[in-house]
Amino acid sequence: MRALARPLAATAGLLLLAAGCGSGADSGTEPVTLQVYAAASLQEPFAEIGEEFEAAHEGVEVAFNLAGSSTLGQQIRQGAPADVFASANPQNMDTLVGADLAAPVDFTSNTLMIAVPPGNPAGITDLASLTRDGLNLVLCAPEVPCGAAAKTLEESAGLTLAPVSEEQSVTDVLNKVTSGQADAGLVYVTDIARAGDAAEGIEFPEAQDAVNTYPITPIRGADHAGLGQEFVDLVLSEPGQQTLADHGFVRP
Amino acid sequence: MSTLPRWVLLPALLGALFVLLPLTAMASRVRWANVGALLTSEASLSALRLSVQTSATSALACVLVGVPMSVLLARAEFRGLSLLRSLVLLPLVLPPVVGGIALLYTFGRQGLLGRHLEVLGLEIAFSTTAVVLAQTFVALPFLVISLEGALRTAGTRYEVTAASLGAGPSRVLLGVTLPLVLPSLLSGTVLAFARALGEFGATITFAGSLQGTTRTLPLEIYLQRESDPEAAVALSFLLMIVAVVVIAVARRRVSA
Repeated sequence: MRALARPLAATAGLLLLAAGCGSGADSGTEPVTLQVYAAASLQEPFAEIGEEFEAAHEGVEVAFNLAGSSTLGQQIRQGAPADVFASANPQNMDTLVGADLAAPVDFTSNTLMIAVPPGNPAGITDLASLTRDGLNLVLCAPEVPCGAAAKTLEESAGLTLAPVSEEQSVTDVLNKVTSGQADAGLVYVTDIARAGDAAEGIEFPEAQDAVNTYPITPIRGADHAGLGQEFVDLVLSEPGQQTLADHGFVRP
Repeated sequence: MSTLPRWVLLPALLGALFVLLPLTAMASRVRWANVGALLTSEASLSALRLSVQTSATSALACVLVGVPMSVLLARAEFRGLSLLRSLVLLPLVLPPVVGGIALLYTFGRQGLLGRHLEVLGLEIAFSTTAVVLAQTFVALPFLVISLEGALRTAGTRYEVTAASLGAGPSRVLLGVTLPLVLPSLLSGTVLAFARALGEFGATITFAGSLQGTTRTLPLEIYLQRESDPEAAVALSFLLMIVAVVVIAVARRRVSA
């Protein structure tokens, strides 16, 4: 019993400490953390824009929550402390507009590209060659934005794609290609830019039929809504747009 | 019971509440009016069927290789035994996604073994076999750890006696050792089945996700969450029911 008492007391102490940390209120002198919830594909350009924002705003730190857009949308609807939300498609933003939390503007766009392993072992040339028998083609599931775009493409081109796997995210598709598991996959142009030598990209004209538009918004009623608006303005500004373009994004 | 100090009750109750409250909260979110339709959709049924089939196959695979492993770890003596024991239990502490990556570089198309299997015309990538491999990888330590512990507790007295009466090694193993630890073997198998049923990380990393082939119930839940959170909750509830049934059956078998 005595042997147990000490760890118990320590645990209780830790719990009290944790509770104390949670209740600390923001005072004017404390550094401000701007919470930016952004689609995972925005990781690199937003990190750069975030640094620029921090340099221009003393005492402000930009923290990113990068995940799938629908996950982020759900978190925000459940009351997550987001100040800014950048979604990879309009649908996930619309649910926030419906909840009167958002006033979005389109800030960039992304198109699909065929990704193949280095050297293109399966000899893929265009969209039609993805329908070949015995090809290990990997797509996103239609439930996620990249999969919805692939489906739009499939319908507008009048093709039937038979993937061996419908992945949860575009990163999963890219990983299946770079690891050589898949012969080809449909990913965003920006993912090819991110993959470097690990994957090759093949452009195809039909991609213009399924352009993904990215909306961004400050969250209404957030802790730092004013700063959030400034972050959105920076993303929309010329330097912000240039950063996005450097990573393969295209102005809508 | 009377020797227990009374203060144990409070943290124990808190712990029980901590486990049960989230499950109750989830159950309260199930829209019962739609549950039938959500659970009997083609996607849900195919995910459930695949999950049960692959988990049963994995549990069987765990028994086939796990029982000899446990016997060896509990009874044999050789240099490096304790190191070997730690290593085979590794999947227990590794995040499943790490297991998935490791399997990818072993059985993947360009993996250590996968390369050669590919030449033989055996393709594991994106197949149901890949799901079973992922599940077996994460579930095996659960069987080994419970069976090995039971074997050590049981001791070797009866085995020595049987051998001195003239029983050969195989007869001792099958006629004395294993019957003695049968309850632990059963509970270990159920644990392995349950772990396989819940497998997510290694499967999504290694096997992919396609309805009817590789998309098990946990993968279907994760995907539905993207577009239809209500369906995800209903499916989660279904998985919970399956888990409760498995545990109930296991408890009855073991205590009988």
